Parts: sequence; structure tokens; C-alpha cells
Amino acid sequence: MKDIRTQFTALSDTTNLVYLDSAATALVPEIVLDAMSLYYKKYPANVHRGLYDMSIEATQQYEGARKSVAQFIGASPDEVVFTSGTTQGINMLAVALKKQLTSDDVIVLTRYEHHANLIPWQQLASEVGCELRFIDLILTGDEKYTVDMESARTCIDAQVKVVAYSAASHVLGTIAPIQEIQHLAKAVGAITVIDAAQAIAHMPLNVKEIDCDFLVFSGHKLYGPTGVGVLYGKKEHLEKLAPVSFGGGMVETVSYTSATWAKGPAKFEPGTPSIAAVIGLGAAVKFITSVGWKSICAHEKDIIQYAQDVLGNDTHIEVLGPTHDTDRIAVFSFCVSGIHAHDVAEICNRSHVAVRAGHHCAIPLLKYIGKESVVRASCGIYTSREDIERLATALTEAKRIFSVT
Amino acid sequence: MDDILYKEYILELYRDPLHKKNITHPTMHGKAVNQSCGDDITVMLLVDDTDRITDAGHQGVGCAISQAAVSLLIDWCIGKTIRELNELTQEHVVDMLGIHISYARKNCATLGYVALTQAIQLYERKNI
Ligand SMILES: Cc1ncc(COP(=O)(O)O)c(C=O)c1O
Repeated sequence: MKDIRTQFTALSDTTNLVYLDSAATALVPEIVLDAMSLYYKKYPANVHRGLYDMSIEATQQYEGARKSVAQFIGASPDEVVFTSGTTQGINMLAVALKKQLTSDDVIVLTRYEHHANLIPWQQLASEVGCELRFIDLILTGDEKYTVDMESARTCIDAQVKVVAYSAASHVLGTIAPIQEIQHLAKAVGAITVIDAAQAIAHMPLNVKEIDCDFLVFSGHKLYGPTGVGVLYGKKEHLEKLAPVSFGGGMVETVSYTSATWAKGPAKFEPGTPSIAAVIGLGAAVKFITSVGWKSICAHEKDIIQYAQDVLGNDTHIEVLGPTHDTDRIAVFSFCVSGIHAHDVAEICNRSHVAVRAGHHCAIPLLKYIGKESVVRASCGIYTSREDIERLATALTEAKRIFSVT
Repeated sequence: MDDILYKEYILELYRDPLHKKNITHPTMHGKAVNQSCGDDITVMLLVDDTDRITDAGHQGVGCAISQAAVSLLIDWCIGKTIRELNELTQEHVVDMLGIHISYARKNCATLGYVALTQAIQLYERKNI
């Protein structure tokens, strides 16, 4: 994994950067930047319906990216809808599924959802008048910060129509027991929506093996560009669901008074898409495939263990996440006793250590675990042991300034 | 040696903020939330018949910068008139701190000030 770093300009020696904010947005490798700049330089045309070479090339590249993404998650290309990101994908679903819900139904989420996988469902629940339930986390003992399956079994009963959960928590790093939750949801015939915004960059996810109904993620957490994301939906669902926004490129027939919808993902992609970003995302998933999940997972496992050793041995640092490395991704939130998260992040920045501090768009979760605001160090394929050491040094400096001994 | 941002008096105000107390039956009170971290500050002020602040306090959680700033702000308020409070600007609050505040920390430094302007607005609306 050593030469990986050279592929990221932001990590060049001159910047001296320790980038530990990949959970917010990952750095972008040269190969992705090249793919996008090639679009703007060589064939900057709109996709679809163009009969000249440049537009045909743009369309082929755009649809090629759909194939690459489909292959990456084990879907077929007509099950891959391009969105602007995870947030848009979940909002689309929350609107589109409204017709299928009544006030007798229940939507199940977990306690650790990002606001993006909470508020759209809250809105839907209040419009339909249905109930929201939350799967608890275990908050004590050896399995602290993992999903409480007892609670999951209680929550998911015959009334449940939708189970929407993150495959991995962006605050705690917790990996959800995906197979078990899927099993419970399928048993009661509930639709499952997986927020894979975090998990997608840390572990292979195959939608056919998981057997989820929907799965959403963003390009920019996957070493791709901002402004693009994916909504995977099983073909039978996408065929059935009505579109939620309307315009050009999504129609089959149109009259002055009515319209019918195009087949396939086009139905959900009205207007000119973020063409360069989609092409960039296609390059990003190919990049990940070329690095290979085996070496990515082995590398991240090493970083997880190292970070847990380094941070976990400091009595002033409380790491908030599962202790077993098999239960987590390399995303670490922590508190330093006596120092506010903002002050920790400020002092880290002085030595070019980029961490995030705050509520991380999970205000209910922080209340639930009894925290005000926390620091988060999140890793990627380029994170090195040295990065973790430099973080530790910055934390020592923070403790010195605040006289935490 | 004193840190450029976390000067000794800033750290002291963080550990031991001034006027961090509740005011029973305050004449004015306001609250502000820092959207990036969820920190909140509530300010409470007692005002006499001549529109002068006779006592004031604050509550809430925050970083060293926001706690130091609200301490100095509330300390400044006591003895002033509402008119003087109205003339106060964000820049004054940053000046009171006596340190350079970066773009990223502006919201921390002015959290108490936002709560104060909220308090004044609520009070003036009530008294129209
Ligand atoms: C778990 C999770 N869900 C959803 C989102 C929202 O993603 P985006 O801002 O790309 O729409 C994030 C981003 O932080 C996330 O971590």
C-alpha cells in the first residue's frame, strides 16, 4: 500500500498533510481527476440523444460508469441510478415510498443514523402518521457500541414496512450485523434500505448477496468526486416506483397534458446529470478494484489495531467505538478529558493533522451516548501508521496546553 | 511560554468561567446554538427601571474560546444600559478576547454574543 500515497496529490511531501477526515470526504487519486478532465477537454457534450461523435463518446463513458458501478456492487446496470449523493438518494426513497405506507405501518432505523438517514424518514413518518422505531446499541460491557440484536428483534415485527440502516456508523465505526438485520426484515416482508455512505469505502458490498432492496452511497467518500452518488434498487422496485422529480430525459411519451416514463434508471435521472462526476465515480470504483479489497481490508485492519493501541492506551482519551476490530471500520471518534473537541481539532491543525470535531450530523446519537461533541479521526487507503503517530503527538500537545496530566 | 491562542487567561476562563450561574426571574434571556458542534449558551440578565443591567449570568457547554468569550461578554454587560448593549458588535467581542480568531472559530467566539442579541430582541419585542 506504500505507493498508494503517491497517487494522491493532496498528500505530496510539500503539504505535510495528515488527512484523517476521509469519512467526511476522501481524497481523490490522479486517475479519477484525469478521467474527469478528459471529459471536459475531449468530449464535453451532453449525454443521450446526441448524434455527433462527442455526444456519443460522452454517453458511452457515462453508461460505462454505470456498468463499472454495477459490477462493483454486484448489481445489474439497470438497477443503478445516479443521484447527487447519499442524501438525495434517501430523500428520493422517502418520497417515493410514501404511497406504500399507511398510519398502521412502522419504519425502523438504528440509534446511530446520520441525519441524512433520519430526517427524511421523520418527515415521511409525520406525513403518513406512522411510527418510527430505533434499534438500540449495547452501551455497556465488552460489546459496547455494537448493535443490540435483542432490540432489533423487538423492533422488527409484522407492522414494519421499512428498515433503513447504515451498514457502518460514521461516528462509532460500528459495522452493522447486516445479514442478521436483513434476515429479520425479510421475515416480516419489510423493505430494506442500506445507507452505505461509510461502508462502501471500507468493505466489499454485494447487493445480491446481501439481498437488500435499496442501497445508497456517495462518490466522494469512495475516492471519487463530490456531486454524484448512487441509488441501487432491485429491478422490480425501480419498475414499480414512481419518479419523484420530473423533466427532460426521463420520459417515453409527452403530450401537453400528460407524460409516461422512460424504462430503467433514466426514469429517476431527469435533467442533465453531473456527467464528469459520474465518469469520475466510474474511475474511482475501478481504482478500488485495481487496488483490491484484500489488501485494502488488510491495511485498514492494521491501522485499526494500531490506532486502538495508540489511542486506547492513553487514560485521558476515550475512544467511542467497538473494541473488536472485526466489528468496526477505521473511523474513530474520541474525547480528550478536559478539552473540548473544537480545541483539540484546532491544535491538531497546527501540525497539519486534519480531524473533524463536532456532532458529525448525528445529534441524537451523541445525546444517546451522553456526549456533547467529539473528535473524529477517519482513515482511508492512504492512512499510514505514521499518520496515527502524528495524531498522537498532536494530542499530547493539546494536553500540554490544557495542562491535562 | 504563552500559547498564541490558548493564553493563560483564556484557559483560566475555560476552567473557571465568570458569571456561570442561573439568574432567577431574569428580565431578558436568550439562547444560541453553534450548528457545527451542537454547543449552546443561554444568557440571562436582570434589568432595572433605568434600563441598566444589574446582574447577569450564562449557562451551557462550549470550547475554551466560547466559554472565555461569554465570560468576558457577560462581565462587560453588568452595569451597562440596554442601549450600550445594542451598540455592541461581534468585532467588539472578538477584541475583548484579545486573540486572533480564525474563520473557523468565529462562531465559537461569538456564540454568547448571538445569545445576547437574541435576548435583546425577545425583550424589545415584548416591550413594544
Ligand atoms: C452514514 C452516512 N450517511 C449519509 C451521509 C451523507 O452523505 P452525503 O453528504 O454525501 O449526501 C454521510 C456523510 O457524512 C454518512 O456518513
